[in-house]
Amino acid sequence: MNTPHDLLYSKTHEWVRETGEGEAYIGITDYAQHELGDLVFVNLPEPGEEATAGERIADVESVKAVSDVICPLSGTVKEANSSAADSPENINSDPYGTWLVLLERITGREELLSAGDYAIFCEKEG
Amino acid sequence: MNIYKNDVKQTPLFGVHIEYKGKMVPFAGYSLPVQYTGVIAEHKAVRTAAGMFDVSHMGEIMFSGVDALPNLQKIFTNDFSGIPDGKIRYSLMCNDDGGVIDDVLVYKYSPEKYLVVVNASNREKDFAWIKSRLSGDAVAEDISDGIAQIALQGPNSRDILLKLTQKGMIPEKYYTFRDEVEVGGVKCMVSQTGYTGELGYELYADAPMAVALWRALYDAGREYGLVPAGLGARDTLRLEAGMPLYGHEMDETVTPFEADLGFGVNMSKGDFIGKAALERRGDPNRIRVGLRVTGRGIARENETVYMGGEEIGRTTSGTLCPYIDYPAAMASLDAERSAAGTKVEIDIRGRLVTAEVVPLPFYSRKK
Repeated sequence: MNTPHDLLYSKTHEWVRETGEGEAYIGITDYAQHELGDLVFVNLPEPGEEATAGERIADVESVKAVSDVICPLSGTVKEANSSAADSPENINSDPYGTWLVLLERITGREELLSAGDYAIFCEKEG
Repeated sequence: MNIYKNDVKQTPLFGVHIEYKGKMVPFAGYSLPVQYTGVIAEHKAVRTAAGMFDVSHMGEIMFSGVDALPNLQKIFTNDFSGIPDGKIRYSLMCNDDGGVIDDVLVYKYSPEKYLVVVNASNREKDFAWIKSRLSGDAVAEDISDGIAQIALQGPNSRDILLKLTQKGMIPEKYYTFRDEVEVGGVKCMVSQTGYTGELGYELYADAPMAVALWRALYDAGREYGLVPAGLGARDTLRLEAGMPLYGHEMDETVTPFEADLGFGVNMSKGDFIGKAALERRGDPNRIRVGLRVTGRGIARENETVYMGGEEIGRTTSGTLCPYIDYPAAMASLDAERSAAGTKVEIDIRGRLVTAEVVPLPFYSRKK
């Protein structure tokens, strides 16, 4: 399992890449894409939508099931990645390169884990 | 570490699934692989080359005795009189109200010996029902635990079998079988049947021989693109092929005609359990249809279907079908609004997504 050290992670298997300008990219982790299997559909929010930490921001679907993507941060959707919606399989092949949502005006966050702590957390999830 | 609950059983191929890195899930009381490498790749391999599935969880009930046939005629909805030895027939088993207890395959070995293959999730229920309704000189025996079953499915499946057995021993017609066939040195019963919509075979062997049979098939099949396939692909393949699944398209509240399975019922044979109720109920008010999702979304089971704002039914299964490459569902709809071409909307988690009634199956193989 791949967990890049420059990212932060939620316990619901999203990653966060902060840009340093009050914005953050959000995606799902390698562990998540592996557990979900082949992704075939992504439902993304519209720019301008308000995101709340701990609540659903998008959903991703494999052939078998639908899974919510939980937003680890509160803020406003600046952009959704239409290429992820067009080619959901890119999330499987490159989960950290295929962001789903770019947030701006961030006002709050869930407890986030470092790469090392997240890797340990996933081990325990089994 | 044993992470499986004690009440989850293993098939004789459990160790092979672990060796092949199957992702194991509990299903119908067994631990089975939902996938090995991925549902889509496994699905496409079955459509274009071949796949092999462990279906040892399926139940097998042997009927024997001079009164075996009259018992089958009474307990099941189809007609088994006058069929030749080596022939297989699809049937329903109904309750007294005409609801479906299970859908089964009946294999005729001889006039006094028939094998009934039942769904794993219904095995105990079916066996108890059959025993309670059996009469005369007939015995029904649940032999499931002693039997392993491997489904070899796909356009290359016949070529793979030809490497392992003599040509004359392969059942060449759909819904026929051959007993006592040596496949890679393992004695099997082989039927030309399956749950994928492709050319394919199902091989039944004694449980202790399952691993040897699996390895013989896999080794012979590799040059033909054979891959192990899991429950995920089994489900997407059967849905794409428009095949019903017990507990989804039918259950004890649904009649065979509502499930559009009238081909498994013979109303002109003698009396059978459920016949009077089916006659009384007449033409169905709701019927199973295929839906092609035309909007953006993937329909799943148990979603409400609307036409012009009015609720007209519910989906019973749905997914993105990997080979035809569009989202499709089966649904039980108001029979008067079930014609092909009917435009509907499906409530997919709060969003209304457009769909259209289309004829089943979604996919059929070129012959």
